[in-house]
Amino acid sequence: MVETVGTWLLLARTWTRAALQYPLGLVMMTLGAVVSTSLDLIGIVIIFVHMPFLGGFGPAEAGFLYGASQLSFAVSDVAIGAADRLGRHIKAGTLDTMLIRPVSPLLQLATEDFTPRKAGRLVPAGVVLVWSMSRLSLSPSDVALTALMIVNGAVLFSALWVLAASAQFVLVHGHEATKAVTWGGVFMTQYPMSLYGKDFVRAVTFTVPLAFVNWQPSLYILGHPDPLGLPVFVRFLGPVLTALLCLVAALAWRTGLRHYRSTGS
Amino acid sequence: MIRLSGVTKTFPVHRKSGLIRRTRSLVTAVDGMTFEVERGEFVGYLGPNGAGKSTTIKMLTGILTASGGEIRVAGLDPSRRRKELARRIGVVFGQRTTLWWDLPLGDSFALIRHLYKVDQKRFAGRLDELTELLELAPFLQTPVRQLSLGQRMRGDLTAALLHSPELLVLDEPTIGLDVVSKAAVREFLARINAEEGTTILLTTHDLGDIERLCRRVMVIDHGRLTFDGALEELRATASADRILIVDLASPGPLAPPTGTRLIRREGPRVWLAVPADVSAASAVAEVAGAHDVRDIALREPDIEDVVTRLYQGSPVQA
Repeated sequence: MVETVGTWLLLARTWTRAALQYPLGLVMMTLGAVVSTSLDLIGIVIIFVHMPFLGGFGPAEAGFLYGASQLSFAVSDVAIGAADRLGRHIKAGTLDTMLIRPVSPLLQLATEDFTPRKAGRLVPAGVVLVWSMSRLSLSPSDVALTALMIVNGAVLFSALWVLAASAQFVLVHGHEATKAVTWGGVFMTQYPMSLYGKDFVRAVTFTVPLAFVNWQPSLYILGHPDPLGLPVFVRFLGPVLTALLCLVAALAWRTGLRHYRSTGS
Repeated sequence: MIRLSGVTKTFPVHRKSGLIRRTRSLVTAVDGMTFEVERGEFVGYLGPNGAGKSTTIKMLTGILTASGGEIRVAGLDPSRRRKELARRIGVVFGQRTTLWWDLPLGDSFALIRHLYKVDQKRFAGRLDELTELLELAPFLQTPVRQLSLGQRMRGDLTAALLHSPELLVLDEPTIGLDVVSKAAVREFLARINAEEGTTILLTTHDLGDIERLCRRVMVIDHGRLTFDGALEELRATASADRILIVDLASPGPLAPPTGTRLIRREGPRVWLAVPADVSAASAVAEVAGAHDVRDIALREPDIEDVVTRLYQGSPVQA
């Protein structure tokens, strides 16, 4: 584990140095990431200008959901989001060169072309979360739970990245389709789920467990009843389901790698 | 060092057979391959495009998983223990680099040192040695994307050898190189093999590589081994025509001697193909007797002709 993190840092640092060969580009891209993330936020702010509640949640509460989901996603994206480009590496044959090194190809994939630009997403997410938490006056145990929720959410999103990458062993051009669960996932979880149809929320609770990124734990932290009427223990199922999803993702990845077909030459 | 027994690799291929329906069929890329390579050997692995060369190499290095049979490289099953094996072998793909595009060559090497966990002192010594042998010093600080193909290939070779692997697998290492770079790469490989005892498996389309370097040649076609033996043996078994070049005193008609074929003529110069079972001496005598000949030369078939024949003809017994 320590070794994995060490290798990740080493590779990320190396790629950052490569990216710094074009410093202006790096600055512009980072700013771009900040701005594009903030646009979603502006949308939410506009909604609250016109009405006091969104799906039964006030501005601070909605901000809490938004910040938590975005922060989890941004962390997972920085850590492993580049794995989503597996299809491209398969087509270009560059996966082969990763497979001849004594380091997990997933780790190499995750850091390939790493730039600090992605961290730009952390800024608006962090600002909103801190702002909403200061307005919500949470107890220390709730703050601790929030931290746990964000870590859990990041791991959950990471498992989704790996699943999305694994699918590309079969669907080499499936990059756009797999975005539905990753980018689609963060887009969905940044709003209170009480906005959506119940069947839809059931689907993301019991299949792809997106409801456990922030929705279920936040219901507990913010003291809201579950619109689906699920018992209270479900609020705490996040880590269990995340562990399960990680297991599924690891299996999918291994299976994909075993059936990898490489390119012609 | 390498042991394959009955190794097979099939790929499923889906073909459209209607609007939505697709039929699934299996294509066999490697078919019951069996061979062994001993420690310290320098083996050439030949075959036309699509014969299964790259597939074999990818199974040896653990990139692909075999569909059947058993593979052992350095005593390990490559696909199951790929990472462990990676520390003990070096791989160079001529078609693509394993270096980091935007990093100076030297930084790529430093990164490789970390990935392969080579200790600092051994790494420094090894790098010095390789820098001198491959004359890397002038471009160690140049980003890889700015290197010429020849420089890049020397960089790739260094990258593959920094951790002193027991086995070096080269997939078309001289592709696209100019004559000087080719010679440098060949000389280097011969030296690594002779001095360090590194086992080398080389696939190539450049038969010059094979002639210069390999004591043993394996030829693969349609996924099967069609020849495995010494280079001289290959020449002898797949006997190709010798070429008789005749310069006539004046351009004119020439009747090919018995058993030979006229393959080309250009003014007074005529090329005749002499099959292995026809005596060159009698052909020469016959031509010289019937025509006014100014000069005559006999060319032995080179390895290229031999292999071309091997690809076209029936399997040859080793």
